[in-house]
Amino acid sequence: MKKNILSKDQIKHIAKLANLSLDEKELQVYTEQLASVLNYMEVLQEVDTKNVPPTYQVLDGTTNVFREDKIKNSFTQKDALIQSKVTHKGYFLTKNVFEKRKTSVKALNHRKRKVIDKYNAILSVADPKGNIGHKDLFVTKGIETTAGSRVLEGFIPQYDSSVVYDFKEAGYATKYKLNQDAWGHGASGENSDFGPTKNPWNSNKVAGGSSSGSAVVVATRKVDVATATDTCGSIRMPSSYNNVCGIKPTYGAVSRYGVIAFASSLDCPGLLSNSVRNLRKYFKVINKKDPFDATSQSKNRGQNLGRQKGIIGIPIEFLGEGIDSEIKEIFMQAVETFRKANFKVRKVSLPHTKYGIAAYYIIAPTETASNLARYDGVRYGNDRGYFGPEAKRRIMLGTFASSAGYTGRYYEKAARVRTLFIRDLEKAYKKVDTILAPVSPIPPFDIGEKSGDPLELYLMDIYAAPASLSGTPSLSIPCGFTKTNLPVGMQIMGPRWSEEILFDLGEQYQKLTDWHKREPQS
Amino acid sequence: MRSFKPIIGLEIHVELATLSKMFCGCPADHFGKPPNTQTCPTCLGLPGALPVPNKKAIEWTILVGLALKGNINKKSKFDRKHYFYPDLPKGYQISQYDEPLCFGGYLQTSSGMVKITRVHIEEDTGKLQHKIIGGKKVSLIDFNRSGVPLVEIVTEPDIHSAQEAKEFAQKLQKIIRYLGVSDCDMEKGSMRLEANTSWGLNLGYKVEIKNINSFRFLGKAIEYDLKRQKKILETGKTPQQETRGWNEAKSETVTQRYKETADDYRYFPEPDIPPMIFSKSYISKIKSQIPMLPEDKMRLFIDKYGINTEYAGILVQDKSRADYFEKACVFAAKQSINPKDIANLMLNRGIDGKFSDPEKFISSLVSKNVKKYSGQSELLETIKEVIKKEKKAVADYKKGNDKVLGFLIGALQVRLKGRADPKVARNELIRLLK
Repeated sequence: MKKNILSKDQIKHIAKLANLSLDEKELQVYTEQLASVLNYMEVLQEVDTKNVPPTYQVLDGTTNVFREDKIKNSFTQKDALIQSKVTHKGYFLTKNVFEKRKTSVKALNHRKRKVIDKYNAILSVADPKGNIGHKDLFVTKGIETTAGSRVLEGFIPQYDSSVVYDFKEAGYATKYKLNQDAWGHGASGENSDFGPTKNPWNSNKVAGGSSSGSAVVVATRKVDVATATDTCGSIRMPSSYNNVCGIKPTYGAVSRYGVIAFASSLDCPGLLSNSVRNLRKYFKVINKKDPFDATSQSKNRGQNLGRQKGIIGIPIEFLGEGIDSEIKEIFMQAVETFRKANFKVRKVSLPHTKYGIAAYYIIAPTETASNLARYDGVRYGNDRGYFGPEAKRRIMLGTFASSAGYTGRYYEKAARVRTLFIRDLEKAYKKVDTILAPVSPIPPFDIGEKSGDPLELYLMDIYAAPASLSGTPSLSIPCGFTKTNLPVGMQIMGPRWSEEILFDLGEQYQKLTDWHKREPQS
Repeated sequence: MRSFKPIIGLEIHVELATLSKMFCGCPADHFGKPPNTQTCPTCLGLPGALPVPNKKAIEWTILVGLALKGNINKKSKFDRKHYFYPDLPKGYQISQYDEPLCFGGYLQTSSGMVKITRVHIEEDTGKLQHKIIGGKKVSLIDFNRSGVPLVEIVTEPDIHSAQEAKEFAQKLQKIIRYLGVSDCDMEKGSMRLEANTSWGLNLGYKVEIKNINSFRFLGKAIEYDLKRQKKILETGKTPQQETRGWNEAKSETVTQRYKETADDYRYFPEPDIPPMIFSKSYISKIKSQIPMLPEDKMRLFIDKYGINTEYAGILVQDKSRADYFEKACVFAAKQSINPKDIANLMLNRGIDGKFSDPEKFISSLVSKNVKKYSGQSELLETIKEVIKKEKKAVADYKKGNDKVLGFLIGALQVRLKGRADPKVARNELIRLLK
């Protein structure tokens, strides 16, 4: 295999394309880390993608989504300018474009933010009488929205995301804005610029991410429901680590409008709650087409309503190397529970599983590098110097993977492998109705334990990748505890638009077990 | 230097006159509006906002492509074009990369055919002003223009003179105005021209000329810069590949000072918008909306109405004027008024400015005529008087000199103060002279 060696000049060029100012130390660190991650990505070159078309969107072949040419209300000038630090007579004001721009260095000195709760799950309390918590990626009108990043510290949005709006209309007032890995970048909840979220089952352990705060407030019964997003496990991972239920819906089932974008072709807004029954109820509020999101709710959404549910598939690739033996044992017990309840269990193969992380960690960073380009501190928020280390790492990685001369080897290649993932699942769902799988290969680990090597953390997403890359739904529910009393979750996956079937299975399981009823001692 | 010829390609941006912007419901008409009064989460690039494309803007871009005899891609999509500039709120522009709405096509100029490379749709940026405020150099940004639908038309390097470039741009403006999809106002910036110029494709350079806000400046800028390039080439050197701007005050092109941006736009398919597929019937439906274009209209005016080339050319300059003329001709035909007279009255007396309704214009002519002409008995009486008085002319006529008929009618008109109906008078005169 070819070893990637990146020169510092290459890294400097990428930083320039990404509009990031890196100091000498950062240049050194990213030069090494990017090379190591790219070496891992080389695994994709093994995959034969000749005659395999790339997949850039998972939309059931939806085309031609347009709006009529009609005028809607605009912001007032005051509302447009209100989040900007400097304005002049109705204009936004920025340093002359020809001047060399300096990024703030003070960004690196962490200012302390008030910690509200002992797990650092809550970033702000909007309305103590409220009844829903929102992950901080959800834009809330008039309530600070940070995405867990200091870039947006102090940003008070001028509008509500569609999900927040729909919940408000249904009588759910915003109680909390919740901590998360900044921009959704993380599987552990440690990448928040406002400090890691702690696990209520053992506060030395990570809470799982990126929707860390959402899972913790649900686990500790501070709210019955919290919003979350899943790009590659960000709902399922914290759900599993906190003993709560989570739905990562079909891509497009829930509007992304007003949900701060991480990776647009993968982001799925969803929910966390304490039982599948309740999840089903809350999901109804937001499972709808939104005229503000052209990718929401394809015409084919009714296709799996009458689907059978008697045959459960177990992916053999998930249970080989790399899985913790205790997790495997707990998972097999859950399989037994279904078997005893007269479900047929069959082995299925998802042969491209081992390429999932490589494909995902090219596609998602490429999209995130693009989505985070808007944060320049002119219209709102702080300048690009405020990005934390993980955001910078992913921006650099994504910028590289989509830059001239490399896009064929990385971004486009990953998009072709993505097609193979979709085909793997399509094939599997011809044999079985749903697929049962573990969520995380290992139980919650110590905070800080894996922070030295980004790649080691990236590998945590391995079981999340198939549903995410294919835009299919996955329900994550508690299925047991380790000997040290740490929660373990499993996921029930199905083809696109099969949420109701996943809920049926989940409810049935929760009638037979009571794992989901256990609460952490807080 | 060997005898090279100028190689010119144009890149033309046209803002569409849709009601709303390309990807949101803010008004698209931004000219002269107070700054930042027509923005929303989408066109301001707020966190979480998403684009939803404007149906009309897509249709109109296809219309432009078809009017230029281009092909429509059956499958098309949007792409993100990345660069950092304060007037670009998202850090990328939603544009089209490898699957533009339209490709190919051509436009004929008097010097030859200019092939069209592509026609695509994208979003406009905000507007920057560079100012000194409180002693500091700053840039002011207005996002009213951000997200306005912008059609980009790119030509092949088929143009070989400044004059031809000018002619092409003017013809294109006329066509787009006829389509009714943009006012193409260079001063307001709803039509913007950029020229890529060199003395040969294989010379390893091209000079892009920007900041051209009139057709005259386009001609002057290209002419100036080609001369400048030639001088350099004659010394055996290659002109620098660069972007230059036209400075009207100095009547020269100057190296544009652009913020240094790396030349790698990292295009990738816009994940927020589903792709587009166009059926044959959809495309032919749009095709059927193309009105008669200026050149065909001019031919019609010459052939059907007998208008001279010069007048026909002026009439078709402006679609509304051409339409007025045609309507007036319909009414005029019923009153046996000659279309030439209508063209004459419109172009020399600006009569269409006085009557907004062509029908009223024609009826005013008719009513004038009725009042003007004398009654039959008065006419006959006066003709007899003229025959009696103008003996020499009458004798000449009887000898076979038909030309004097005009003189006799003139004399008749003098007596009747111009109230003789020329046709009737002529017939009566001939009858009475027999």
